[in-house]
Amino acid sequence: MNEPLLELRDLRKHFPLRDALGRARGAVRAVDGVSLAVARGTVLAIVGESGCGKSTLGRLALRLIEPDAGSVRFDGEDLRALSPAALRARRRDMQLIFQDPFASLDPRMTVGAAIAEPLRLHRIVPRGGEASRVAELLERVGLRPESAQRWPHEFSGGQRQRIAIARALASGPRLVIGDEPISALDVSVQAQVVNLLADLIRDLGLTFVLISHDLGVVRHIADRVAVMYLGSIVEEGAAATVFAAPRHPYTRALLAAVPGRGIKAPPIEGDVPSPIAPPAGCRFHTRCPHAEALCREQPPILAGGDHRAACHLQDRLPPAPPLQEAEPGGDRLRRLQAFFQPAGTEA
Amino acid sequence: MSGASDSPGRRALRRFLRHRLAVFGLVVVALFLLAAILAPWIAPADPLQTSWTAIRKPPSLEHLFGTDENGRDVLSRVLYGARASMAAGVISVSVALLIGVPIGVLAGLAGGWVDAVIARIADAMLSVPFLILAIALAAFLGPALENAMLAIAVTASPIFVRLARGMALEARATDWVEAARALGNPPWRLGLVHVLPNIIPPLLVQATLSIAEAIIAEASLSFLGLGQQPPAPSWGSMLNSAQRFLTQAPWLAVFPGLAIFLVVLAFNLMGDGLRDALDPRGERR
Repeated sequence: MNEPLLELRDLRKHFPLRDALGRARGAVRAVDGVSLAVARGTVLAIVGESGCGKSTLGRLALRLIEPDAGSVRFDGEDLRALSPAALRARRRDMQLIFQDPFASLDPRMTVGAAIAEPLRLHRIVPRGGEASRVAELLERVGLRPESAQRWPHEFSGGQRQRIAIARALASGPRLVIGDEPISALDVSVQAQVVNLLADLIRDLGLTFVLISHDLGVVRHIADRVAVMYLGSIVEEGAAATVFAAPRHPYTRALLAAVPGRGIKAPPIEGDVPSPIAPPAGCRFHTRCPHAEALCREQPPILAGGDHRAACHLQDRLPPAPPLQEAEPGGDRLRRLQAFFQPAGTEA
Repeated sequence: MSGASDSPGRRALRRFLRHRLAVFGLVVVALFLLAAILAPWIAPADPLQTSWTAIRKPPSLEHLFGTDENGRDVLSRVLYGARASMAAGVISVSVALLIGVPIGVLAGLAGGWVDAVIARIADAMLSVPFLILAIALAAFLGPALENAMLAIAVTASPIFVRLARGMALEARATDWVEAARALGNPPWRLGLVHVLPNIIPPLLVQATLSIAEAIIAEASLSFLGLGQQPPAPSWGSMLNSAQRFLTQAPWLAVFPGLAIFLVVLAFNLMGDGLRDALDPRGERR
């Protein structure tokens, strides 16, 4: 059982750009050679700035979009080799939670119908048994079973996200990918939804891929972290190690940017280069305070055993500044959780 | 958040009923529909019954709308004429929906060359003026009300192809359709269960406006002799025979003309009201 549940190898997706006459004009290199493995029952976080390709990667992993190259193995099976019908049948085992709960629920379906849909599609519950299973799922995510008769527009963002989570869990998936599942929510309900996710992951033994740019949340629930920059992974390792001793200058900069931490790391300047024409050599060299001639010419490979980093200089960089908490247990999320914990379950 | 659950359809109905002109349109349309259905029972006379003693009599208590050049009761002919007009409007647009919407949704969801071919054909048909195409088709099929209705249906369908295609393209890019795909919905279910119900509102608005156009088209075809055949009554053919007596017997033209005007106006008002009521911007929260 040591085989990973999800294994991505050399995944690549370029979105072609066309001009008004339909001629090719380069491509957005959204995902450019990503290899990752997610072990059973663990939580992998994919972090990075917006536009780095993390959402595309999540959809490639579920084969919601077709990769240009590379392979996706789910439970030892090559997803790209599956027929459309076989892939649809496989979808009961892998689910996606979307960022925007106002867009991800069909406005013309009651909550109950939405949650019952995967049950029907995959014939999970005998006919007529759906209602009780839907009620169970609604309770599991902290909503009242009567909510099943209501329409999505009658709920708040946090409640809608709970509905989306219930729908994603209905078919009993083994892998769930959360694409920024809390970043569209009000700050006051973020903590509750994070806690709900953490509980579900623990209780159901889910394998979870969390796509996020919120390092506080990542720290809270991830076992491993992969940092993405311009379509590739620049660092990957156990969450504790990556947070304690980041090896890639980009990771260090990301961690330094978390507010409320007294870390002094060299700030990075400028904007992310365009993914249409990424820089040669190391893609980060245009913003890296340590860049050398080698970095401008040769792309580094992701190397280093269990804690990998794609940096030519990773062994020569000065040690990362110690990560001390600004105040004990004092990041924003922790405070929010403490504040909102007694407020009941309804988001 | 208590009491009966509020479905999107019920909320739209509530907004529609607040729209006064739209409700007026609905009432007028309902009255004309009733007239069309009940014509045999409410018409004071047989619309085909000629009378040599009552030729081109002005409106009176005996003949509320007067009589025509053959002594037929104009009120009865207008009531029976509503049958041709309403049938032409409702049936031909229903057929146009049945032709246009599935093709449009297919094009929007399939994409690629299927979409390109369908979209170009629809655009080509739309580039020919509506009435010209309808006249050409009706002339080709031969003069009869059924053929006129078929011609109108075919002519009206490309607008539904284009509308349904655009909406399907839009829906395809939404999160909820992607979510439906991620859940394991087969393509036909995506189209039927997730896309179609969400694109019905704009189609309904367009259908209402198209009915108004179809009624005018039927009247025009009948005016030209390509629709309802005499002696069966139709507002268009009544107008045609009325033009010879415009100065001596204006009531021959006024009443069928008024009927066309009213029913077309009513459908348009109803369409506008529906558009406001079904506006997705009113749908959130």
